[in-house]
Amino acid sequence: MAEQQQKKYSKPLPHIDEENRPWWEALQRHELYVQRCRDCGATRYYPRALCTQCLSERTEWVRCAGRGKVYTYTVTYQNQAAGFRESLPYVMAYVELDEGVKMLTNLVDCRPEDVKIGMPVEVVYEDVTPEVTLAKFRPAR
Amino acid sequence: MSLSRKAAVVGAYEHPTRFAPDKSMFQIMAESVRGALKDAGLTIKDVDGLCTAGIGMSGMGIVGFCDYMNLTPNFVDSTSIGGSSFVAHTAHAAAAVAAGLCSVCVVVYGSTAASSRFAIGTGGAGGGGDPCDQYEIPFGPTTVGSYAMVAQRHMHDYGTTSEQLAEIAVTMRLHASMNPAAKYREPITAEDVLASRIISSPLHLLDCCIISDGGGALVVTSAERARDLRKKPVYILGTGETVRHVADGHRDFLEIAAAQSGRLAFERAGVTHKDIDLAMIYDSFTITVLATLENLGFCKRGEGGAFVQGGRLRFDGDLPCNTDGGGLSSNHPGMRGIFLVIEAAKQLRGECGPRQVKDCDVALVHGTGGTLGTRHSGATLILSNQ
Ligand SMILES: [Zn+2]
Repeated sequence: MAEQQQKKYSKPLPHIDEENRPWWEALQRHELYVQRCRDCGATRYYPRALCTQCLSERTEWVRCAGRGKVYTYTVTYQNQAAGFRESLPYVMAYVELDEGVKMLTNLVDCRPEDVKIGMPVEVVYEDVTPEVTLAKFRPAR
Repeated sequence: MSLSRKAAVVGAYEHPTRFAPDKSMFQIMAESVRGALKDAGLTIKDVDGLCTAGIGMSGMGIVGFCDYMNLTPNFVDSTSIGGSSFVAHTAHAAAAVAAGLCSVCVVVYGSTAASSRFAIGTGGAGGGGDPCDQYEIPFGPTTVGSYAMVAQRHMHDYGTTSEQLAEIAVTMRLHASMNPAAKYREPITAEDVLASRIISSPLHLLDCCIISDGGGALVVTSAERARDLRKKPVYILGTGETVRHVADGHRDFLEIAAAQSGRLAFERAGVTHKDIDLAMIYDSFTITVLATLENLGFCKRGEGGAFVQGGRLRFDGDLPCNTDGGGLSSNHPGMRGIFLVIEAAKQLRGECGPRQVKDCDVALVHGTGGTLGTRHSGATLILSNQ
């Protein structure tokens, strides 16, 4: 079953390594996190070992509420890459989380023409393979 | 130590080809080097510095090209920061010459992007193996999509319109109509741009650069040596380079690398915006030009839409821009930073025929590499014939 699902999913998958594994494992549990430096308090996304502001390794994982607003977006009508050429048009967006960071994602469960900058959105977890869950967003309900 | 007027561009050559299935990338590069050296009145034996990079070559491609050319230079630079690389190379060549690391440095680029059918703008950006790419590739980023997100936000914040962006494409096509080597020379209207299909909203097909084959080369040497060569020297007055990225998720995507690289170049050149007679601005997309003009300080943030209207960017306007027709109409073999410098040099030497800018003495060149909506580089040069 798992094998079958993997064959069907043809979009690129992230490379998961020891540095980012906790973040991807949290997504598998349908939990979204950003990192905060325990020394200087700076918040960062995407996950990394060191704080970019003070180079500290003392990191706190902050659980996100999964809510935010559309910062900007584009409706893609042309992409030759496997997996995407079959799913045109799709909406790619930066969502600004309530926790203050912007993350690149897809907007789903809405018509492309209904997307607006500033629109409140909430996370939906898409289990695309047994190892990988993606955080996508839909209009807040 | 100031670099200003220590070095000059003394040779510039744009390969006339736009489609070359019969040539290799290195062949186009070699023909370009020959053209630029002939323009300078120098020979291959004079060359002791080389700068190149490319989408079609390996990470060590510069060594492979030295092998192909049987060159053993004293200075090599393969800074690879996207389409702006060759603008940065020109600055690095000037610095190397001024520091005595080499005396005649060639900057070269060549590509068969069109005949090799590279899917550059919409092939899915990356496949990238860098850590930052892992949070983007699952969501279908494309080059055009990344720029489109910047355009969308600009429209939202400042009321910028597709008609205003279209005017940039219309102006570039007008310039291409006066450039015999340009790939697309048939004039277009704003209506044509708006009627072309949307590739990634809000950008239409005609908001996007073309894909061609091509190449070009420059020769940089010391100001002293430049005085005795064939052509009028084009002095390097000021340079700047930097990068912008997602900044831990805190990025303001309308503030781009040009803000920093432009400020550095103006400070180092000791000139102001009023002194600029020609702006060669990397036009991967219409929004690239608008955002770059704002960030270089030619107009305030948010005013770019109005600024580009009314023919201001025409060869006979207040701020002539991309008089060769740019990447939107003339050529875009994957990367086109080198053509910005070549056209600036030709304009400063008064060699541009019907599209020649009157009294063109100071030119600004700005290259953007990568994608505005994720990571990009910016490199600025200010050049003068005096
Ligand atoms: Zn810190």
